Amino acid sequence: MKQAYVGVAILFLVGLLTSGMFLLLSHLASAYRPTKVKAMPYESGINPLGDTRERYSVKFYIVAMLFIVFDIETIFFIPWAVIFRDLGLFGLIEMFIFIFVLGVGLAYAWKKGALEWD
Amino acid sequence: MILDFSSQIDYLWALLPEVVLAVTGLLVLTLDVFQRGARSVQSRTWVRWTAVAGVLIALVANAYLLRFDVPVRSAMIAMDSFRVATNFVILGATALGLLFSFDYLKREGLNIGEFYFLMLTASIGMMLLAGSRDLIVVFLAVELMSLAVYILTGFDRKDPRSAEGSLKYFLMGAFASGFLLYGIALLFGATGSTNLALVTSEVARGARDGNFLLHAGVALVVVGFGFKVSAVPFHMWTPDAYEGAPTPVTGFMAAGVKAAGFAALIRIVTVELAPAASVWMVVLWWLAVLTMIVPNLIALAEDNVKRMLAYSSIAHAGYLMVGVVSGGAVGRSATLLYLAVYAVMTLGAFAVVGVVAGQGDSRGSLADFRGLGWRRPLLGAAMVVFLLSLAGFPPTGGFIGKLYLLLAAVEAGQVTLAVILVLTSFVSYYYYLRVIWKMYFEEAPEGAALPEVPGAAFRIAAVVAVVLILVAGLLPGRAIRTAELAGADLAPRRVVPLSQPGAPTGVSGTSTD
Repeated sequence: MKQAYVGVAILFLVGLLTSGMFLLLSHLASAYRPTKVKAMPYESGINPLGDTRERYSVKFYIVAMLFIVFDIETIFFIPWAVIFRDLGLFGLIEMFIFIFVLGVGLAYAWKKGALEWD
Repeated sequence: MILDFSSQIDYLWALLPEVVLAVTGLLVLTLDVFQRGARSVQSRTWVRWTAVAGVLIALVANAYLLRFDVPVRSAMIAMDSFRVATNFVILGATALGLLFSFDYLKREGLNIGEFYFLMLTASIGMMLLAGSRDLIVVFLAVELMSLAVYILTGFDRKDPRSAEGSLKYFLMGAFASGFLLYGIALLFGATGSTNLALVTSEVARGARDGNFLLHAGVALVVVGFGFKVSAVPFHMWTPDAYEGAPTPVTGFMAAGVKAAGFAALIRIVTVELAPAASVWMVVLWWLAVLTMIVPNLIALAEDNVKRMLAYSSIAHAGYLMVGVVSGGAVGRSATLLYLAVYAVMTLGAFAVVGVVAGQGDSRGSLADFRGLGWRRPLLGAAMVVFLLSLAGFPPTGGFIGKLYLLLAAVEAGQVTLAVILVLTSFVSYYYYLRVIWKMYFEEAPEGAALPEVPGAAFRIAAVVAVVLILVAGLLPGRAIRTAELAGADLAPRRVVPLSQPGAPTGVSGTSTD
């Protein structure tokens, strides 16, 4: 059983060696002439306005949580759709229960005013 | 009716109490948001009692579970009297916790819909955890329970202590979940299945080349549950989380989470993983010793009653651990009996603290209990019953529970544990009786605020709790018989490994080399 993992170890080592070698080679072979413009996050984009660690509104978190409702829905829908025929009527009903529970969550968020920005 | 789990619908019947609670939870949540017009007090009361009614229906549904015949024992959820008994403990704790929280939520101005929804959700998680026979379900149940309880801990979001407790609990709990999940993964790697029945038979065959995996997996699972039941040395989060949480939540956590954690510990570690006893026996033995000694000593120096009760709840985890280590049907039923009594008395004690502490939980120190016994006689009397029961004095259920634990320990040959249990109980008398002393033998200072008279729901719950404790102490026959029946109906059964749909071909293939 242990031999089965030798391949994994070899793969790991090879990966480490290759990536390390590329880093080393580019470090040795390249010319390094930094300028201020080159050091900016987007060399050919808009100039940055300030630090990224800024406080932002808690509303974004609510949007993110609402996103999860639909995201999870999709994640469960796709595998369900693949084996839909095998599951039969029970699978269909179960999926409707699932959607219903999600719907309750959405209705709750809606009523609580999570969908309004102000 | 026969449930053989050949159809998925059978699971709907097997999970009847959980389904009832889930429906109630959704109902409570929507009722609370969709009330017409301004949020009148009347409609809120209605929402409250809906939640309580849901729990009562779930209790009835739970009793109904015993009527099913279950020929197959390899389902994902257990259908034995042990599960029914632990469900009763958890549902009872939920009902009491709900009733005790009515006044508190009103006083602190907290949202009720979300609160009750989260309590019901946590309760579902606890019941699933106590009854699951599949490691994946175990993990899902732990998460369902824990996530709801993390939020409940921080529910009083304007109180910094609540937020602090919640964050600590969440961070430590996330670590614990990680340990548990890693342990489950290793067990799966060692045995090739997540179904506990199959895991057991594989462990019994002495999983040939996966011994290290097996041992590491068992150890990590024990660590994970150790966190959940707050066994020393995994107890660091407990005092802060218990102190910061809204007081009814603290009682609910101390009762429910611990009941579920111990039920799972008994079912998974001592029954299903019994063949690996050489691994977990020593660990659990030391956990029991440490968990009995350390918190009892710290509690002696604690002046905040809520914190003192938090340490007391850790100490009780140690006593319960004695029952787990003793094992066998007697040890299991002793643990179960003590869990039931402990749940009631700790809920009651925390509830009284919640009333005495008053607006904003500001008066929780020992000095605030001075003269309570004379100024609020009924509240004081109830507190005396709860504290005496926690200490383990004769006319209460706490005494019977401890006696039974001692019997189980001696019968299993764990005399050292029994001696430590008795000695630490003596130590604990000091901090329990100190509260009673303050309540009756010291005068309240001039102008000290008098605790409000609690509402009807609180009074009902307090009377029920006191009666339960006294009945368990004076007429324990029925309770003991129920616990013995449940403890015996858990023995591992031989299971024919059917075609396992989830069996990973890769793992079983490599293990036959």
